[in-house]
Amino acid sequence: MKFDAQDCELVFRNQLTETIFDFRLKNKFLAEMTKAGQFVQVLVPSKTLRRPISVCDVEGDIIRLVFEIRGEGTAILADTKVGEKINIIAPLGKGFDLDENKKTIFIGGGIGVPPMLYSAKKCGKNATVINGFRNKSAVILEEDFKAFAGNVIITTDDGSYGIHGFVTEPLKECVKEAEMICACGPMPMLRNIAKIAKENNVPCQVSLEQRMACGVGACLGCAVAVFDENGNQTYKHVCKDGPVFNAEEVVF
Amino acid sequence: MADLSVNIAGVHFNNPIIAASGTIGFGREYSEFYPLSVFGGISCKGTTLKERLGNPPPRIAETPMGMLNAVGLQNPGVEHFIKYDLPWLREQNTVVIANVAGSTQEDYCKMVEILSDTDIDMVELNISCPNVKEGGVQFGTSCESVGAITKAVRKYCKKPLIIKLSPNVADIAGIAKAAESEGADAVSLINTLTGMRIDINTRKPIIKNVTGGMSGPAVFPVAVRMVWQVKNAVKIPVIGMGGVTTWKDAVEMLMAGADALQIGTALFTDPYAPVKITEGLNQYLDDHNMKSVTELTHTVIV
Repeated sequence: MKFDAQDCELVFRNQLTETIFDFRLKNKFLAEMTKAGQFVQVLVPSKTLRRPISVCDVEGDIIRLVFEIRGEGTAILADTKVGEKINIIAPLGKGFDLDENKKTIFIGGGIGVPPMLYSAKKCGKNATVINGFRNKSAVILEEDFKAFAGNVIITTDDGSYGIHGFVTEPLKECVKEAEMICACGPMPMLRNIAKIAKENNVPCQVSLEQRMACGVGACLGCAVAVFDENGNQTYKHVCKDGPVFNAEEVVF
Repeated sequence: MADLSVNIAGVHFNNPIIAASGTIGFGREYSEFYPLSVFGGISCKGTTLKERLGNPPPRIAETPMGMLNAVGLQNPGVEHFIKYDLPWLREQNTVVIANVAGSTQEDYCKMVEILSDTDIDMVELNISCPNVKEGGVQFGTSCESVGAITKAVRKYCKKPLIIKLSPNVADIAGIAKAAESEGADAVSLINTLTGMRIDINTRKPIIKNVTGGMSGPAVFPVAVRMVWQVKNAVKIPVIGMGGVTTWKDAVEMLMAGADALQIGTALFTDPYAPVKITEGLNQYLDDHNMKSVTELTHTVIV
């Protein structure tokens, strides 16, 4: 465990869709410590609680965050101008347990897509990427994934781009060759992916979200229900035990 | 450089800033940011006789300038605290306060008896947790019940005893007096105010527990008022808390009547809040030619 709260300069800001923003934050100390699948706690002016945002990518001294406006806090954050400082606690949580030599399927749904980029990059050509969106105008980061991944599949719920349907359709076709599945997105999507993974005996890791306060494991706010070794239901915490969990332990 | 140290019920604190129970666990996570000695003391996570898993999620909701929580006293139990956390905390050069919660008078007495034989510095009796039925709040809402639980626990408590008070009451001063008259060495207040938020899209409460405890800057004026009322009513030390976020808040709370302060939710916004509050407090004292932080306590001119 090693993290700190520090200011970062916003060095690049881009709007990807009507509600999704691409921020690049400069902080050498924090960037060097940040691993794939971890998250940061972003201070928003005038808000009591920080916003937990998954790390999309790290390049040199830059931490890249791609986030969606969900409410007042993220709307204020989206208005930050290039050159201004943003305070983050980073890096937080445990990312995906990856083996770059294993054929790994990375699945993202909607705003669950950005957290997969840095992780998938680690697996390079061994990465098969399946990203699902509502429609064509919601598609993000396609070129970023195509730059390194062995195969990139896009699905849209309405068929306006890529494959018509959910991410689980292409998953069923390629799951047999996979040695690992990593996923992030809405709970119903993760539940269905976990089911397919189990049926095909492929280990599966899922990145979860929960309403959070401290972000470091002290306040015990961000509980998720899991099964312990004896199959009894208990709680773990997204900020410290996660955000990535083995799909088998999650109570969906 | 003014003297920031305070003495609460015979216990020396290097500064008046204490980490509030429930916001800092048993201290390990925040020790990543700084040595825990930045705090005069740390009030540990509310601990019960046996392990508790806590409430189902979601447990957190944001509010205007504040938050609700209904963690539900998730803790590993008192024996785990004594074996695993206390020896480590003892090495951190800060006052260690055990926060004790229970569901029966017998639980509280048993816990306090066990803790009296350890090297904790103080006991803070949590009779004000609003988030679990058996969290003791039934002991904390009338003068009679506060007097009775204080009297019962006092017999078993060999450590200085702080009673943590609920703000969800009609007569906070009367309750503080009841605790004092039955042997409390200090009172701390305020615990959280009971609140509720509803998701207007689903019509469901945001917090699974339906209601939660409200904290943060929004509750600060309520806390200042209650600390002032209590200080006017009792002679024992008063530990003020509730929305203290900046050094200016700290000065204000001391002026209202606090002998020491607890900060909690401020840590979530800025983990370095205790460092900044201590620096600001020191500067204020220097600027006003005050030698000791104790010169501020209860100096409001009414």
